[in-house]
Amino acid sequence: MKIGVPRAFAYYAYYPFIITFFEELGLEVVVSDPTSKEIIDAGVEDAVAEACVPLKLYHGHVKNLMDRVDYVFVPRLVRVNQEATFCPKFLGLPDILVCTVENFDNMLEVRVDIRNSGKKLFQLCRLVAKKFNRGFLKTWKAFKKAEESYRKYREEFLKGAIPPLGIGVQDDKADVRLGVVGYPYLLYDPYVSLDIINKLIKMGVYVVTPEMVPEEVKKKYAGKLKKTLFWTFSNSVLRTAFHFLETGMVDGIIHVTAFGCGPDFIVDKIIELEAKERNVPFLTVTFDEHTGQEGVNTRLEAFIDMLKRKKAKEAILV
Amino acid sequence: MRRVSYPYLGNATVTFKKLMNALGNEVVLPRRPTEETLSLGTKYAPEFACLPFKIVLGTYIEALEAGADTLVSTGGVGPCRAGLYTTLHEKILKSLGYEFEMITLEPPGRHLKELIASIKKLVNRKLSFSDYCRIGRFVWKEIQLLDKVEKLSHKIRPLEVKKGETTKTFRKCAELIAQAQTYEDLLEIEREAELLYDKIDKKDFDPLKIGIVGEIYVVIEPAANLEIEEMLGDLGVYVERSMFLASYTFYNAIMDLFRMPGERDVKKIASPYFKEMCGGHGRESVGNAILYAKRGFDGVIQLSPFTCIPEIVAKSILPKVCAEHDIGFLSITLDEQTGKEGLRTRIEAFVDLLAAKKKYKAMHKKGDVTYGTLLGH
Repeated sequence: MKIGVPRAFAYYAYYPFIITFFEELGLEVVVSDPTSKEIIDAGVEDAVAEACVPLKLYHGHVKNLMDRVDYVFVPRLVRVNQEATFCPKFLGLPDILVCTVENFDNMLEVRVDIRNSGKKLFQLCRLVAKKFNRGFLKTWKAFKKAEESYRKYREEFLKGAIPPLGIGVQDDKADVRLGVVGYPYLLYDPYVSLDIINKLIKMGVYVVTPEMVPEEVKKKYAGKLKKTLFWTFSNSVLRTAFHFLETGMVDGIIHVTAFGCGPDFIVDKIIELEAKERNVPFLTVTFDEHTGQEGVNTRLEAFIDMLKRKKAKEAILV
Repeated sequence: MRRVSYPYLGNATVTFKKLMNALGNEVVLPRRPTEETLSLGTKYAPEFACLPFKIVLGTYIEALEAGADTLVSTGGVGPCRAGLYTTLHEKILKSLGYEFEMITLEPPGRHLKELIASIKKLVNRKLSFSDYCRIGRFVWKEIQLLDKVEKLSHKIRPLEVKKGETTKTFRKCAELIAQAQTYEDLLEIEREAELLYDKIDKKDFDPLKIGIVGEIYVVIEPAANLEIEEMLGDLGVYVERSMFLASYTFYNAIMDLFRMPGERDVKKIASPYFKEMCGGHGRESVGNAILYAKRGFDGVIQLSPFTCIPEIVAKSILPKVCAEHDIGFLSITLDEQTGKEGLRTRIEAFVDLLAAKKKYKAMHKKGDVTYGTLLGH
């Protein structure tokens, strides 16, 4: 039995868990090919024109997979904690795909509403495993292994590595520390984000992403806003930005966002206003399916040069 | 005394003024959004903010310039972004140097305490219980009456003999309602409005029927949707829209208090296609489209602001739903760049197509096969 996992959206945030779990159940896991021009084009063909790139990409990845696997795994992420849900596109994802992708009849739709409870997550895993006639013990073992692999993945992040991009622990002596905030499905897809993280590291920058900040630290900034945001990933991004701004641990912040992203217009504006108040350099980079390499390179180089110059100036003054 | 202002929302704007006055506040009446309002909003709003956000931001700036010191608006529980708009509006306006207090009216279901606290801030006069009842009854009746005259205008506009007469009558009714001071006034106006509409010369024919679904602000506020209802009515189309202020307030504020799901029917109808609540009015859009199809409408128009996520989800689903139910579908995305003439062209084309389809269907129903084959159908 082959099960396909599209390399988009939830994949980048949770793939160690998903893949390990299915593999331990004895299924063959096929991950869709890394994003390419063909995949984007296939997605753009089917998706609604004004949807954000990640959603268009999801269409492309599904089309890349659906003919060569028995099931395509499409999670409907509803809630993973008590305080927030996900962007409506995550909530309606299976409904969208059924209507927009033609002849898509092998979807394995899984509704994820676990609210921080390990028990609920296990129940969900049981439900999925039952579909493939796997017993309790086997599911339990697979669940434990999956949890373990997800934990390891998170730990690597905390050490300063970026596993989805294959980046090992970064050199701590880099002269510029930069907070790069954005959603995992954009930041860690090297094709759409034009490999922005690798580019920065090559320029001698130490990159800190939201995943590298421990959850407990992020929680501390929950009360910063009058009202909690409604979306899990957005909360993570915004709290990370607050953490950067309050502790001054980075020299500047880059916000990576997708064209037409709904939640991000709020997140982006708040970070912009807060950064301005504290005099922290801030840059927004917006990606869509047409973004060109050179434009982004120029902006990044200019931003980094400015940071370096600012730092040198401060060093002289001290 | 507080000088209160709030977003502009059609004819109900004046109703809110009466409510605020009765509670003991001075009101800075928000102006009907113009191009200027929108460009003010667009200037200070983030690029990807939706059209309602920009219009409302522009309205706030105009109101603050006119001397308001308190802004009142509604909140929400998400996942639609609109629930966070007051937070962001406040941040943006404060960064522009305005001083004011923002009062957010949250839905009572999950935020009853906050709601009561906000309402307390707005009550600045000693009122007895019977006063509250009187004010409540009056305001409620007025909103209902406004919806009623608007519904009547939609019904009569396609039938009118002299173009523009219905619109004139509707404006007159709205003006009368704006001047009403007591409950009895409203009852009298209700009778008067019916008479006025009766007096319009009407043709006798069966017009095309189109239902409008979509995001609430652009559906309800004519300044945001470029008066699409009037445009359609002038083309001889009967228009019905899925959302009116009275029913919406009722389901979302009062039913919410008792934990009763509002518009249960619509959501149930949409559920085979739309399994998860995803905020905004996406699910209602799909449900209402199916309802219109079942009631024999010819077409559905979806209005959505650019980058509105719930409507993008609905937009992905609607084409298939409408094809299955054999009803025409047109999706219109509105932003600050949308021009009235472009919209008119699209709508005319859509109406022409629907009319041709209706004619074709009618012919086949009669079994007039030869006529059909002669025309090459």
